[in-house]
Amino acid sequence: MDAILAQLLNGLDKGGAYALIALGLTLVFGTLGVVNFAHGALFMLGAFCAVAFRQLITMETVTIDPSQLSPWGAPLEIKTPLAQTWFGEFGAVMIEYSVPLSIILAIPVMLIIGIAMERGIIKHFYKRSHAEQILVTFGLAIVAQEVIKAIFGSNPISQPMPTALRGAADIGLWLGMGPNVLTYPWWRLLYFVFSAAIIAAVFAFLRFTTFGMVVRAGMADRETVGLLGINIGRRFTIMFGLAAVVAGLAGVMYTPLVPPNYHLGMDFLVLSFVVVVVGGMGSLPGAVAAGFLLGILQSFASMAQVKAMLPGIDQIIIYLTAVIILLVRPRGLIGRRGMMES
Amino acid sequence: MSALLTSRRDAITLAIFALVVLTMPVWLQPFGAAYPGLMQKFAIYAIFAIGFNILFGLTGYLSFGHAAFLGVGSYTAVWSFKLLTMDALPAIAFAIILSGLLAVVIGYLSLRRSGIYFSILTLAFAQMCYNLAYSVLTPITNGETSLQLNLQDPRVIDSALAPRPAGLPSAGLFGHTFSGLEGFYFCAAALLIAFFIAQKIFASPFGMMLRGIKSNQTRMNYTGFNTRPYALTAFVISGMYAGLAGALLAVTDPLAGAERMQWTASGEVVLMTILGGVGTLIGPVLGAWIIKYFENIFSAFNEQIVSRFFDFLPAGIHDVVVAVASKFVGEGWNLTLGLVFVLIVVFLPGGIMEGVRRITHLFDKSRRAPPTPARLSTQPAE
Repeated sequence: MDAILAQLLNGLDKGGAYALIALGLTLVFGTLGVVNFAHGALFMLGAFCAVAFRQLITMETVTIDPSQLSPWGAPLEIKTPLAQTWFGEFGAVMIEYSVPLSIILAIPVMLIIGIAMERGIIKHFYKRSHAEQILVTFGLAIVAQEVIKAIFGSNPISQPMPTALRGAADIGLWLGMGPNVLTYPWWRLLYFVFSAAIIAAVFAFLRFTTFGMVVRAGMADRETVGLLGINIGRRFTIMFGLAAVVAGLAGVMYTPLVPPNYHLGMDFLVLSFVVVVVGGMGSLPGAVAAGFLLGILQSFASMAQVKAMLPGIDQIIIYLTAVIILLVRPRGLIGRRGMMES
Repeated sequence: MSALLTSRRDAITLAIFALVVLTMPVWLQPFGAAYPGLMQKFAIYAIFAIGFNILFGLTGYLSFGHAAFLGVGSYTAVWSFKLLTMDALPAIAFAIILSGLLAVVIGYLSLRRSGIYFSILTLAFAQMCYNLAYSVLTPITNGETSLQLNLQDPRVIDSALAPRPAGLPSAGLFGHTFSGLEGFYFCAAALLIAFFIAQKIFASPFGMMLRGIKSNQTRMNYTGFNTRPYALTAFVISGMYAGLAGALLAVTDPLAGAERMQWTASGEVVLMTILGGVGTLIGPVLGAWIIKYFENIFSAFNEQIVSRFFDFLPAGIHDVVVAVASKFVGEGWNLTLGLVFVLIVVFLPGGIMEGVRRITHLFDKSRRAPPTPARLSTQPAE
């Protein structure tokens, strides 16, 4: 029982990441009808917003203090991070919490990147085939990842998580089990809560605001909404930016779990497409459900007992699920009828 | 014999193509690319791209998992070297058969869906092959260390015919070991055969059928054709081409690693085909050559060369230009490739071949009324 619960928990943070990426992909697909192969790259760009933010605030100024001598007899060089010189004590806290704080940087940056991408390239592809959309966004993904490689190099850059969140939460204790029966790292718990909050926010935005209502109407019938005199194109552009922000934030918060490198996006892209397809093209709840489902499934498949029964299953479980779902139920779990079907 | 008869136009194309391929060591000299290793790659990746184009160009099914067949071809060839003989022909035969079988299985399942679902299915299958090659199948694939020849290999047939040579043997044909340009000519011969077969397919009623699937599968079905066997045949043929390319990679360098099956490798052949021109015979070959050539040349560039190139600029601008430009060469060659690719898809969906056609069209305009431009971009199979 404990083992099963533990695996269930283990799947949650990865599932959260999958769900967030798949949510963005589905938003773009549902509103603009574009198959975006660059969405994984947006996740990666988000992760590098965190890297850039940290590098920015930890840039050091070197002051030479002649009154103090280093053990070698030379004047002591005192290195102070820029943030500390500007903000004093608060600067140190900033550096400590650089990852969550970089969300502030990531939101505008990702919004601009998303809108620029849509206005610059993707808007020319609405009328063209899905194959061509895949190709052009695939090209964009290559460009994005190579730009990042040129700037940050090809080695993964690890992002420390705040010391306060380093340990593990003793979840077993909360559930009335003994201490240390069931523990779960704080950061991964936070990631799960974070992704759940973002998902809830997106759904609330679409459900309860006028903007969201118009967008949903546009998803159902773009033409009629346009005929009512609403500039649906501009709202869809904003939705593309929003999807980029969602992917970016998923990337930012993921950095302490996996040190980001330039091909992080490609690794996640394949998986997130699988997630979208499993959930059903164009279905937002489907994408979220499938994200968590696949995350949990993956963590179950990597249990030692399961691996002993079916060697290698942990490597292919996601793809296997995708193949089975596509062949048996091509609409995915909750997909809309007629969406991308022949 | 009638199967070998070719239309005049096709015969001329084939002759010119053969001339171009076989004289590669001569005309590539001024480009600094006339060394066997690179030319072999030209021939091999051209085969890969031609095969991919038979599927994507003719039927419109965009496969994102073709590298799996390439990888299986390589592994099979290396195993044939290890167990039987260093002769290239059996290795190639086994590789084509095995990758063909795999293509039957994957194709049969994947072709039940079309459009993006087909792409995702092929991608999922290829990723499964790749992940398995790295984990459970390590006894067969040797995992991360790659499958290589070693001195303890049985090589049953070779050992029976001749005393075992000291050291690692390399691949050959009928007991003769390839050296110098021979490996290239072997690959070139394979390329010519592959090109000839593709030409026949393009010109055949079967090819027409595949084009019919691409332009409107529903209508084809209503006309009374069961399209799936045709699409599956195209898939298997293109899988066999990939297997042949994989086997040739192993012939030129008896080593097979799982990274050949990664989805970026599948993406590369898509790039080649699009860059050259989807649905044309020559296009994918051109695309493969251009990508492989610039990959080689650009990645060798470094800051000094760029700096010399921009010497004519004033100092201040010079530094900025060099700093920017050097991001696009050497390690950053993929960035250039990505940008070019995006531009091609946006402005020239028919690839280089469409560009050529547009230019010749410009010159033709003065002489006769312009024909209506054909829609060149690929439609998804629906």
